[in-house]
Amino acid sequence: MSDHRVQNISRKPRLTTAAVMARFGIIGAVLLSVAGAFAYTGGWLSPNRLTQARAMAMFEQAGGRHPGFRRNHAKGVCVAGWFESNGQAVAMSKAAVFKPGRIPIVGRFAISGDMAFQADKPATVRSMALRFMLPGDEEWRTGLNNVPVFVANSAQGFLDEVLASVPDPVTGKPDPAKMKLFMADHPESVRAIAVIMKSPLSSGFADAIFNSLNAFRMINAAGKSIPVRWAAVPMQPFKSEEAAQTASSDNNYLFDDLIEQLGQHPLLWRLVITIGQPSDPTNDATLPWPADRQQVDAGTVTLHQVSSEETGRCTDVNYDPLVLPPGIEPSDDPLLSARSAAYSRSFTLRAAEKDEKSPSAITPADIKPRGKL
Amino acid sequence: MSADSARFPLPSRLLHWIMAAMILMMLFIGIGMAASVSGRYEVLVSVHKPLGIAILILVVVRLVNRRFNSPPALPDSIPPLQRVTAKASHLLLYALMLALPLVGWAMLSAEHYPIILYGPIHLPPILPFNVKLYASLHSLHTYLAYLLFLTFLAHLGAALYHGLIRRDGVLESMASIRR
Repeated sequence: MSDHRVQNISRKPRLTTAAVMARFGIIGAVLLSVAGAFAYTGGWLSPNRLTQARAMAMFEQAGGRHPGFRRNHAKGVCVAGWFESNGQAVAMSKAAVFKPGRIPIVGRFAISGDMAFQADKPATVRSMALRFMLPGDEEWRTGLNNVPVFVANSAQGFLDEVLASVPDPVTGKPDPAKMKLFMADHPESVRAIAVIMKSPLSSGFADAIFNSLNAFRMINAAGKSIPVRWAAVPMQPFKSEEAAQTASSDNNYLFDDLIEQLGQHPLLWRLVITIGQPSDPTNDATLPWPADRQQVDAGTVTLHQVSSEETGRCTDVNYDPLVLPPGIEPSDDPLLSARSAAYSRSFTLRAAEKDEKSPSAITPADIKPRGKL
Repeated sequence: MSADSARFPLPSRLLHWIMAAMILMMLFIGIGMAASVSGRYEVLVSVHKPLGIAILILVVVRLVNRRFNSPPALPDSIPPLQRVTAKASHLLLYALMLALPLVGWAMLSAEHYPIILYGPIHLPPILPFNVKLYASLHSLHTYLAYLLFLTFLAHLGAALYHGLIRRDGVLESMASIRR
């Protein structure tokens, strides 16, 4: 056997030194090309490409480094409760969550920004994140915001907005020149901000409407797929934001109000699904859908328990909007991918920083004195 | 002696080239998705998981196949140090092909993230929920992937060295399309 191959070698003419060098050159070129393609795919050769790592760095650039915290919506509290489905969404989605019955929820209320200890302010975007703990393998996680449309329709647009909105240390307001540049680059955000400014601002978390912003698709048992957006619509009466709250010396007034209300009674939201028409944009979260679209009330979200992130069960949850049960699918909105990627990277970073984390702004002591819970 | 004895048996060659394509694709998908915030991220992630599990299954098939279809011996002309290096690098390749999918699966388990292969087909978690463990496994997955890429480069370089410079039949023993 080996003789056979030794003969093979001896049959081939010897390579000249130049030929050997040339062939080593070819091998080197092949290896360099493969390594180069790998480095290119990983973003190392494109300093201007927005990667996950660069997106995380931009949040830190805007709001400082807060190890162990989420890179956005860093200040928050955990809540718990359940979703009582009324069965009305079964016709639209085969997801088990919509069958009549009760599904436990681990949720989180937060305000936007990387600043884990910022003072609550009326105009800061508030968020509600829900994790539906379905039996079996299925799970649904969704992150909702108290604005009617999202400020951007791309990851780059959103991060540009985050950086342009950083308050100037002297004036305490965003630099008008930076804002102007951002507006010029992003006409879609100018339109979205106009829509956001027109919607009434509620006094707190309890009376805020929280919107999915991104579109999704629901698939029913017959396989029919429809575009949808959803919202948590409060059953608590709407109270408009008052100047008195803004002037409040309590840096945590939004959270303290929430804790006080939850200490008295559960808070309820209806889960309302809006059905889009084929003409409605599903790939652009800055564009509202017409107000006359059919809406289906799928059931009630009841939240009755609040805890600090120090002890709550939401802290180690990645509220990735692409964790969806069969029966709900992503739309063609590229922001869903961007959110999923960014949340995942943020989760990985804070998981590794767990030992460095300082206590969350809302501590267990902030909750205990008020609550029977 | 027939020319076949110097080549890998057909099932081994098939497994090698199918897995070569899958693993190379997997390395590029992995590095691409870890960098991406674009609309492609979702597609990349949803391919990464079932492809990884397919590689895990195939590497087990391959190890079983190896017991029944032995690889041809290296040519006698190869010096002892190169033999040891060849053996060690192949061991490392097999170890990484096994470890990477398992570490990926374990990492998602520790995160308590649903491990969806396709539609309703899920994998059960193989570790309890533990975010610090998740963070360690995530780094491990990353470093092992870089190591696999470097080992793959060395493997490719060695194959080309055998084929272009030594011309000792080692490349042809795998890169032959004849039955």
